[in-house]
Amino acid sequence: MHWPIDLIILTFVIFCAIAAITVRDLLATAILFGAYSFLMCLLWTVMGAVDVAFTEASVGAGVSTVFFVAAIFRTSRRSRD
Amino acid sequence: MNDLLPLIVAKYNYWMYVILMMIGLYAMIAKNNLVKKVVGMNIFQTAIILFYVSIGYKTDASIPIIKSSDTAHGMVVRAADYINPLTSCLMLTAIVVSVATFGFAMALIVRIYRRYQTLEEDELRMRLSE
Amino acid sequence: MKFIALIVVSLTGALLLYGTAEFPDWGDPSSPASLHVSNYYIEKTYEETHAPNFVTAVVTDYRGFDTMFETAVIFCAGLGCFLLLRDFTGKKEHFYRHIPTGVILHVKNGKKKLTTGKEFEYMDKDWVPHDLINKTVCRILIPFIQIYALYVVAHGDYSPGGGFQGGVIFGSSLILFAISYDLQTLVERIKEKILGILAATGVLIYAGIAAICMPMGGNFIDYGKLAPLLPAGSHVRALGMLGVEIGVGIAVMAIMAIIYINIVSEGRHDEGL
Repeated sequence: MHWPIDLIILTFVIFCAIAAITVRDLLATAILFGAYSFLMCLLWTVMGAVDVAFTEASVGAGVSTVFFVAAIFRTSRRSRD
Repeated sequence: MNDLLPLIVAKYNYWMYVILMMIGLYAMIAKNNLVKKVVGMNIFQTAIILFYVSIGYKTDASIPIIKSSDTAHGMVVRAADYINPLTSCLMLTAIVVSVATFGFAMALIVRIYRRYQTLEEDELRMRLSE
Repeated sequence: MKFIALIVVSLTGALLLYGTAEFPDWGDPSSPASLHVSNYYIEKTYEETHAPNFVTAVVTDYRGFDTMFETAVIFCAGLGCFLLLRDFTGKKEHFYRHIPTGVILHVKNGKKKLTTGKEFEYMDKDWVPHDLINKTVCRILIPFIQIYALYVVAHGDYSPGGGFQGGVIFGSSLILFAISYDLQTLVERIKEKILGILAATGVLIYAGIAAICMPMGGNFIDYGKLAPLLPAGSHVRALGMLGVEIGVGIAVMAIMAIIYINIVSEGRHDEGL
């Protein structure tokens, strides 16, 4: 497999993960988490595991983000750290 | 130090997976907000799934669906032509379990907020000890 | 606290990195994970089950126990959300808005409900005017999303997909309906009782097809013995896998809708996003 694609997507994944747990606004965490899921799905497609990528795309970037936003809607949006 | 660099270049992907796992573990231990802890748990889970899926990869092999040219008369299916399907199928179950846990964790968070009006761990500890 | 966390994390990371020094190279066909059982799966799947997708064949046929309990886990998660959050104290009064004139009606008797549609619509506490473009576009899109979900379930043997993925897509079409229209519209179309029965039926279909193999003279998940029940000449194991995937899809669809409805309305089933 082409190693530059692997390295670039992995770097973005690590940035997304660090950003998702550092921002103070929980809605931004939800969106960054959705982006992290999408990048993981890309990574698995490049490695050939297409079933796992399909599942992660439908679950992580679809339903999981909706649950997250629904829970934030009912609780507070700010976090102290 | 001289032989550390070729080692990193050869196995750089395992190092990235370990870094991702440690980010998730740090979020679960050190963050105060309950939602951030749940996000850290999910990062940890997807990093483990990534590690497993990368083990099943074989160079110059195709996706685990039979090409119709191989099922024509007389062609035998060679194992080195397809990537390992076993790791993918185990990780399907892991993803399903992770989404079930995430949904249930969100329900618990909504309930905790309704009772205590806060989601920070130190304030919760103070309210519980009163 | 953060300092202790940093120390723990660095120690664990260093130990794990030390352990990865002896791993096989990436992409090696002779690494231990690709040697023993998986070669058998790749070589013999098409002859025995006639399903081109190895992953679906392994997941629903060779390792069918795992998938059955995974469906049970999803069912328990939905059940847990329902038990934690559901609040049966109904609202005492309703507010309706007459669409042509904008007049707001306040119905104090909790039992009487007006039918909504072109003339009346529900009003919540944080009511915003419903967007016509949003409603129309989503109303057109939802049937196509559902057809796509059914395609994904039916073609699980031939292309990436399967029961779980199709079920999630169908469930997210129901969630789209609840977001674009109104949560109460979804709850009235598909009652909560029907969703619960559907979820349990999905798990029952899976366990039922697996258990029917036993009186026909086989083991628990042994689809080959179902041949007398199906028309002659069909690939029995592939049809058994299809039936099982339909069960998983139905269960997952109902559970996604249940979890969303309970989280977004805090169990009261009245207002939503």
